[in-house]
Amino acid sequence: MTAVSPTDLPAVSTDTEPSALRRGLGVLGELPIGSTGILLGIVLMAIFAPWIAPHDPLSAVEGAQQFGPPVWGEGGSWDTPLGTDNLSRDVLSRTIYGARVSVIVGLTGTAIAGVIGMIMGVAAGYFGGWVDSVIMRVVDAWLALPTLVLAILMAAVLGPSMWNIVFILGVVYWTRYARILRSEVLSLRETEFVKLAQVAGASKFRIIVQHIVPNVLNTWLVLASLTVGVVIIAEASLSFLGVGVPAPTPAWGSMLTEGRSALITRRPHLIYGPALLIGLTVLATNLFGDWLRVKLDPRQRNL
Amino acid sequence: MRTFFIRRIFYSVITLVILATTIFGLVRLTGDPAYLLAPEGATEEELQSIREDIGTDKSLPLQFGTFITDLARGDFGTSFQNGQPVRDLYFDRLPNSLLLVAAALAFALVVGIPAGIISAVYNGRWMDTVSKVVALTGMAIPGFILAFAMMFVFAVQLQWLPVFGIGSWKNLVMPAIAVGWYFAASTLRLVRSSMLEILDADYVKLARLKGMTERKVVLKHAFKNALIPLITLTGVNFVVMINVATVIELVFTWPGLGSLLIEGIRGRDFPLVQGVTIMAGIMIVFANFTIDMIYAWVDPRIRLNR
Amino acid sequence: MTQPLLEVTDLNTHYTGFGGSRVVKAVDGVSFTLEEGKTLGLVGESGCGKTTTCLSLVRLLAHGAEIVSGSIKLEGRELTTLTGAEMADVRGNEIAMILQDPMTSLNPLFDIGDQVGEPAERHDRLRGTALKERVKALLHSVRIPSPDVRMAEYPHQMSGGMRQRIAGAIALAGTPKVVIADEPTTSLDVTIQAQYLDLLRKLQDETGVGLIFVTHDLGIVAKMCDEVIVMYAGKAVEQGPVRDIFTQPAHPYADALIRSVPKLGSKEALYRIDGQPPDLSDLPPGCSFAPRCAVADERCHAEEPPLLEIRSGHKAACWKLD
Repeated sequence: MTAVSPTDLPAVSTDTEPSALRRGLGVLGELPIGSTGILLGIVLMAIFAPWIAPHDPLSAVEGAQQFGPPVWGEGGSWDTPLGTDNLSRDVLSRTIYGARVSVIVGLTGTAIAGVIGMIMGVAAGYFGGWVDSVIMRVVDAWLALPTLVLAILMAAVLGPSMWNIVFILGVVYWTRYARILRSEVLSLRETEFVKLAQVAGASKFRIIVQHIVPNVLNTWLVLASLTVGVVIIAEASLSFLGVGVPAPTPAWGSMLTEGRSALITRRPHLIYGPALLIGLTVLATNLFGDWLRVKLDPRQRNL
Repeated sequence: MRTFFIRRIFYSVITLVILATTIFGLVRLTGDPAYLLAPEGATEEELQSIREDIGTDKSLPLQFGTFITDLARGDFGTSFQNGQPVRDLYFDRLPNSLLLVAAALAFALVVGIPAGIISAVYNGRWMDTVSKVVALTGMAIPGFILAFAMMFVFAVQLQWLPVFGIGSWKNLVMPAIAVGWYFAASTLRLVRSSMLEILDADYVKLARLKGMTERKVVLKHAFKNALIPLITLTGVNFVVMINVATVIELVFTWPGLGSLLIEGIRGRDFPLVQGVTIMAGIMIVFANFTIDMIYAWVDPRIRLNR
Repeated sequence: MTQPLLEVTDLNTHYTGFGGSRVVKAVDGVSFTLEEGKTLGLVGESGCGKTTTCLSLVRLLAHGAEIVSGSIKLEGRELTTLTGAEMADVRGNEIAMILQDPMTSLNPLFDIGDQVGEPAERHDRLRGTALKERVKALLHSVRIPSPDVRMAEYPHQMSGGMRQRIAGAIALAGTPKVVIADEPTTSLDVTIQAQYLDLLRKLQDETGVGLIFVTHDLGIVAKMCDEVIVMYAGKAVEQGPVRDIFTQPAHPYADALIRSVPKLGSKEALYRIDGQPPDLSDLPPGCSFAPRCAVADERCHAEEPPLLEIRSGHKAACWKLD
């Protein structure tokens, strides 16, 4: 048995993992085709709506009737392929424009929730002590509340407008980030390179920005992609209930409200567009999020 | 066990306090509720009298004090629309919502647990693949889209089930499935992965070595260990279900708390909305607490710790 | 000659992976017999096939592994052809096993009484008070104090040593004829190990079970076993009475193993066997030990030596013994 030599001791690692951004770019070639395609399609639909939609979503189509049939129904025409609604507006155009609301609310709502969640989670994880306790109690309490109900309440109080909804959803959904990011930070805090930075006298702020944040970005991205779906559903639900984006702005959720009453009178065409697209979008974000999770960290199993 | 119990109660109380404060804050600080209640073009005097009515003319701390004492007394406000105490309206509708959530929970567990177990036991074979796909779509398609789809197919086209309302078990089927669907899928996933892990464990091996039949090994020895994470999941998903149920109730015109809330909003009945939200929150805190207790009862490691 | 308790003939257990393209011969032509009241040791490095041999006996092999040929006879009855249900009747009832890690082999959610009583309940159909008495007696025989109290307790409330004794009680609960102990003392404190071995010895004397003891520790073999099989890369390279093998080891590997046991008080440098155990999916031709053998020649590297009897009851597989 030889004596233990200095070269046997593990070297102290000063590397951080390559940032999520660098890794992300490298991975572009391996994106899942289905979900990415759908998501890209929705976003493009939102951006180029004025050029794609055949009619103005806000005004009645000339010469069309109320509840006009879709192209495959009796008396339908390719002019209004998905029929018209109770105000004789073209359903297809409204569906296309509806993508705007969902995309904007989905992305910004998630972003706001993400930023708040990141700040809270990192603060709780890094500073520990009473900061941690307070934040975690708030998170626990927040998670125990019925988020949608709370959102409804806030929407009712603040008044319906798209930006109010964005704000509300951001405020309601930050807790998912906070909890998970906090535990990541807790384990990161104990790693070699963070300890090294602390010993070297770097300021807390610097450590957080340089070491902690880049390393939780992976998780943050995965959470974000999974949250977008949730936020879109929340917005659609709020609009459906009448407290979301107000008329006459076309939103998939509110189109469903109109569609629902029409369903009974055997005019189901109003729901095809919005229902299909909400379902598709959420499915795509979830699949994408799943793929992202496995890609960025195969060790994480249950998020 | 005792410290566990006390600690949980303590947390629950704190949560309730935060809940009440948040709701109070939200409603009071984001604008003048009087505007919501007043008709268009109301004069300042009319607004002031409304404020006196609902008590917002007093200072904020005083309002909070009244608010809390009212809550402690069980007074959750009075509905503007019909003058009844919110609490009565709440308890009126509560059974319906509970029925819906219970049915959804039952559906989710009855479908999710066996599917998860089968998936784990037949890991890799076609039954497993099928259920994995089903679970994935279940989790990705939002409940209320499914609700619409079901409504369209089963109520409008096939006319097997009624579209609206409450009355017979037939009314319950679609709403319960719509609410429980997501949870069924996530239960399946969790049970499957827990069981896969557990079936590999030494103590399961020992059970087989004792000569226990495979059925007993899976159901008695393995499954009980899978219950623990399942109970936690149920707790989390319970809250999600309440959210989903609110919307689904509206889709199917199910007269539950969700509908009550929406009616309140539509009618600008802010005491009703506030009261219902608080009571819903209390119910959830209570439910979470119960789940924690069940958890402790199942796992002797928690139960028997001083 | 009376029928041996357990008779294993030319057992071959293979793992097939990667769609049939890779075959690992985990157990390659192992044969032995076990008599009542005797102890057989299975010795070798990790991965040599000792645990797989044991699992083959109870037919609880992992996915992808199966017994491809050979015979296992328990009191004359062939086990390899039994159905799953029939095998479940044999396990715990006629053959029992003690696992290595006491911390994970007991189910955390069931109390001791339940877990110890299960084999008796299942195989001997004991219920109620009779079952309870049986459990108490078992716990008593493995020297667990206050069995009444302990019965209602849970595994997490007990130490590793106690849990392993409970594992012993579980093994005996179905009154088996053969008990397999897979490295039962490896996870125990050194101070407890000796006690545990004494306990096993005592139980064997009392019940007359045949004991198969899997270990990598030759000291335990010397103390506990009557016969021993030294395994390497899935094959039995030497087997026979413990005394013969320890005093006159024939196979170079067995010889090296014995020499590498540290001698108390000796100032000699520790003896090491060079090299690593081989990758079973990629075995070299010829004798599996040849790459690490000090006396291997051309023939050793080319042809696999058969297991031959060199003295009465003592077999070894090596070309250099002719």
